Amino acid sequence: MHLGDLARIALTDEEIARLQGELNVIADAINKVQEVAGDDVPPTANPVPLEAYLRPDVAEAPLTQEEAVSGAPVSESGMFVAPRILGEE
Amino acid sequence: MTDELVKLSAAQMAAKIKSGEVSSRELVEAHLKVIEAAEPSIQAFLQVSADEARAQADAFDEKTAKGQTEGLPELAGVPIAIKDMIVTKGIVTTAASKILEGWVPPYDATVIEKLKAAGMPLLGKTNLDEFAQGSSTEHSAFGPTHNPWDTDRVPGGSGGGSASAVAAFEAPLALGTDTGGSIRQPGALTGTVGVKPTYGGVSRFGAIAMASSLDQIGPVSRTVLDSALLQEIIGGHDRRDSTSIPAPVRPMAAAAREGMKRDLKGMRIGLVKELGGEGFQPGVQARFNESVKLLEEMGAEIVEVSCPHFPYSLGAYYIIMPSEVSSNLARYDGMRYGLRVMPPADVPQTAANMMAYTREAGFGDEVKRRIILGTYALSAGYYDAWYGSAQKVRTLIIQDFNKAFEQADVLISPTSPSTAFKFGEKMDDPLAMYMNDIATIPANLAGTPAMSIPSGLSDDGLPAGIQFIAPQQRDEVMYKPAAALEAALNEQWGGPIWQSLKTPWLDGLNK
Repeated sequence: MHLGDLARIALTDEEIARLQGELNVIADAINKVQEVAGDDVPPTANPVPLEAYLRPDVAEAPLTQEEAVSGAPVSESGMFVAPRILGEE
Repeated sequence: MTDELVKLSAAQMAAKIKSGEVSSRELVEAHLKVIEAAEPSIQAFLQVSADEARAQADAFDEKTAKGQTEGLPELAGVPIAIKDMIVTKGIVTTAASKILEGWVPPYDATVIEKLKAAGMPLLGKTNLDEFAQGSSTEHSAFGPTHNPWDTDRVPGGSGGGSASAVAAFEAPLALGTDTGGSIRQPGALTGTVGVKPTYGGVSRFGAIAMASSLDQIGPVSRTVLDSALLQEIIGGHDRRDSTSIPAPVRPMAAAAREGMKRDLKGMRIGLVKELGGEGFQPGVQARFNESVKLLEEMGAEIVEVSCPHFPYSLGAYYIIMPSEVSSNLARYDGMRYGLRVMPPADVPQTAANMMAYTREAGFGDEVKRRIILGTYALSAGYYDAWYGSAQKVRTLIIQDFNKAFEQADVLISPTSPSTAFKFGEKMDDPLAMYMNDIATIPANLAGTPAMSIPSGLSDDGLPAGIQFIAPQQRDEVMYKPAAALEAALNEQWGGPIWQSLKTPWLDGLNK
């Protein structure tokens, strides 16, 4: 299923079949929102709008390199080890 | 002794610390004993941090002995449990997901730093639905938590662990997170108090992100005053959270104490027409109606208000929440922390394939369902129709609240349509599960503060909750009537609701 690729989840066939059924039911239920979402209604992203501001320009101590990689599944010499990006072709 | 000690409110425990009757270490030991006795049947904790709690308590007691506790908050020295959705330096944090199993965070959430500064020992991390996604705690990758009122039933969710721990006297206080009702609904189902503060009122730095425009950390307790005292400790501005409100903490404990005088003259309380009646269990509705009568007897003026767009809130929530979930949970990619699963040998060993196999193995059913739904809602061609429409509904709900708050100072409704249900009852029907949050979701969409307190036992002998909703950034407004109602109900019942709770795990602890 395309959505599984987009979401980077290797869904099984069984999961895909079940999710399709469930998503249709949920989609019907939430389609209702379009009834009242007229062109004249502005959207809300943050319910408590705040002005952006700058913090004082003072240096702070970040995580150490050791702390930053402490949870990595694979690390080497203080760096994250990742699988290769490209396939064979 | 243990039995009596753990049944005190957090404020009463704090008073005993202050008077020298009990030490923080003794409180920690008493609760660890209860945890040991209760956990086989309740399973509220994913991790008990006994060593850390003892060390923190000893450090606090030493400070007390040296007279260095001046200026600390009232609850200083009282232990607390933490929902495992909040990161704790050096203590395993999992969000109840296999993808984070065994992860030890290298930093503390802001709320944890504040609790530590207040000398409040951390008893451990409580269970939840995986990544706080669910309303029953059945979606935890590490098994469900049981409701102390009936261990065949769910404690609600997602914060069922925090609510059950507090209800079972394993902890006097806990922290939760509330995205659509995850603090308040478990509060209602376990006969405890649960508060969702104003969005931005408590820092979310270090709260594992679920749906960032809805998530809020808040208190779980057995009394209204305890929640007020706790919210004053964890609240306030934090520039590490860009949505944190740059304003001082509201006077919530004072409002709760004012409420305990049980005089509500001049207060207008609004009944939300759309939240109640049809679809609500008769016993839940009956306890709610009796509570309304008590509020009126204390001098409050009861008015009916209409919020015509509330019926659209569940739909808007189930677009906005999964959309933000699909985005936030993209970070679990097997690279920097958590699980990594390499693809089978016949599949190219690339980073992209590793991510797909890691996420397939690491996420549970409900989390996958929401990520896929969110991915769909945000995909090209659907974005405006779904996410865009949902954001507009959000505006309409805020406008409904604004109009309602012109007619009433505070709004009320039942917290949850039903009392605690049996394990498995709603697991195969996502929509039925989602209906649990019908009354709690509007406050998340609008960013308003809201809280649940016990309203009594329904016909089935299980606790029901009543919800108070106040205007944004005026959290104290709901604490006053909530504390007044709590006092009036306690007088009627001859004590707190938990007097009716059978606690076999406490038997034999006094030896």
